[in-house]
Amino acid sequence: MTFLEIVEGPLWTLASSVFLIGAAWRIFGIIRLGRKKDISIPRASALLGAIKGQFLHFVPHGGFSFRTRYHLIAGYMFHLGLFGLLIYAAPHVLFLKENVVGFEWVALPRWGFILTAEIAFTGLILLWIRRISDPVMIQLSDADDHIGSWLTFLTMLTGCMALQESHDSLRAVHMLFVDIWLIYMPFSRLMHSVTFMFSRGYTGAFFGRRGVVP
Amino acid sequence: MSVDKAIEVLKSNIDASAASYLDACVHCGQCAQACHFYENTGDVRYTPAYKMDLMRRVYKRHKAPLSGIKRAIGLVPDELTMDDLKEWEDLLYDSCTLCGRCTIVCPMGIDIAGMVRKSREGLVAAGVVPEDLISAAKRAIEFGSPLKITPDVLRKVCAKQEEEIGIPIPIDQEGADYLVILSAMEVLQFYEVIGAIAKIFRQAGVSWTISTDGYEATNIGIQMGDKDIARTLVGRIVGAAEKLKVKYVISPECGHAYSALKWEGPNLMGRAYDFEIIHMLELLDQLQAEGRIKLKGKDDRRLTFHDPCQIVRRGGVVEEPRRLMNMVSSNFVEMDNHGTANICCGGGGGVSSNSRAETLRLKAFASKKKQLDAVQPDALVTACANCRNVLEEAIDDYEMDMPVLGLTELVAEYLDET
Repeated sequence: MTFLEIVEGPLWTLASSVFLIGAAWRIFGIIRLGRKKDISIPRASALLGAIKGQFLHFVPHGGFSFRTRYHLIAGYMFHLGLFGLLIYAAPHVLFLKENVVGFEWVALPRWGFILTAEIAFTGLILLWIRRISDPVMIQLSDADDHIGSWLTFLTMLTGCMALQESHDSLRAVHMLFVDIWLIYMPFSRLMHSVTFMFSRGYTGAFFGRRGVVP
Repeated sequence: MSVDKAIEVLKSNIDASAASYLDACVHCGQCAQACHFYENTGDVRYTPAYKMDLMRRVYKRHKAPLSGIKRAIGLVPDELTMDDLKEWEDLLYDSCTLCGRCTIVCPMGIDIAGMVRKSREGLVAAGVVPEDLISAAKRAIEFGSPLKITPDVLRKVCAKQEEEIGIPIPIDQEGADYLVILSAMEVLQFYEVIGAIAKIFRQAGVSWTISTDGYEATNIGIQMGDKDIARTLVGRIVGAAEKLKVKYVISPECGHAYSALKWEGPNLMGRAYDFEIIHMLELLDQLQAEGRIKLKGKDDRRLTFHDPCQIVRRGGVVEEPRRLMNMVSSNFVEMDNHGTANICCGGGGGVSSNSRAETLRLKAFASKKKQLDAVQPDALVTACANCRNVLEEAIDDYEMDMPVLGLTELVAEYLDET
């Protein structure tokens, strides 16, 4: 069995299983903690508050300056770029068709891939520079934050290197990082990609019943 | 009192919402710029997300999903020590007013103020609480009020107000519709509000009373994070309201009182009330809408309104004060980021009762000052006696010339009594 066959075969199966089971356990682990029933008389709907909370925090409100603008721009560049690559990069469309969903969709043209990758890399690098240079972020950040950033960076970088599909080993290295990323994710803060919905929802519901969603 | 008890309380305070907050925080630090303590000191320890660190460590070590695997290989944070609790004491009590402004800038929508409140409960369990708050709590339990406003003092203040305005102030009147409670700061420093309420209610035909069994709205238990004390203090008001068989209890111009009574009270008591809680601003707005308050003239000074955090951002009474302001003012101007994004006075959440935090509190006021400087009002109106007192002190400290008014008193001033 070649290295490529290992990372796309048994290691991929292991990694995606750890990812799915681990992520599901993280989500279940949060939900199972439950919340005490709030018996104060609500002024408005908790459900509507939870829904409003989901959308409200996509864009910061309240008149904040540099720190927010920097994160807003860099954050959206990175996340939109990453999702663009993840879902619409031609090799991903093909891989997901063959290994996961069984059908394909329109992929990004080559120039679209390069542009999307540049946007994603710029966003990620800007965020990481901020993490290592801003005193507030230095104070808050731990190893998990840096490992998550670097692992994502290397996964994206090896993905770009594999784009030409000129050599199997480049594809294999990319798949290795994908597998590592998938195994790391449920144990890490990368799970914010799912837990943000719970966080916004709980706050929205809590305050929604008070008639205000901050 | 021990660190073990603190850890147990912190563990028990981690429910699904707290867990989702601790799992969702990506340490972006955007909350820092929403915090007047960080903004005016540049001290990174005052970053709101950092204030959740005790909870984070307990969660990651003991309760987080998959923490067992991580603990087995030594990848969880160290157990909390008494030194940690002492280190976080000033972060949780001196540099956080529980204003919740950090939530509005957080991309994850984390209720950091709620987490600080839960963390304070851990410190209470370990006995790591500012001395001034402990003393205030003792006075509240022993004398009925953190500022030693006893029933006798209350009666005297009410009698003086009766004499001044010539309107009877009903005390311990069974069967009244509304029970008025007051914050200690109102009785001690802004007692004219009692006469103002009497005037408004007489015109509106509101049946009301004050109780000598439960009159103190300030809830030091809520501020310090002591549920037992909070429950006892809420219980006094609930007991008084039920004894007098009132239909409503009016939460006065006091931020935490509203939160304590309306939102946390039933949960602390473990049951719904037999009466309703209404905020004074809600009631005044309602009386105005029903045409039961008649006003004459308007204040033509340039007035602006300071939103008390617990009533507006965390309480949901947002539009009522604005409608009331427009009723009594011909020149009402809003500050930038008013309403739910407003900047705290700097003294909420027990900070104003904590004398060692005074210098920091006055520094933090610089953010409020910027907001005020931008609109240059002739006077500042608010609806929280604690905010009012804190604002007055800070305005004086910054050598600004600006009276601070209470909204209820302002409404009473423009009543058409002809």
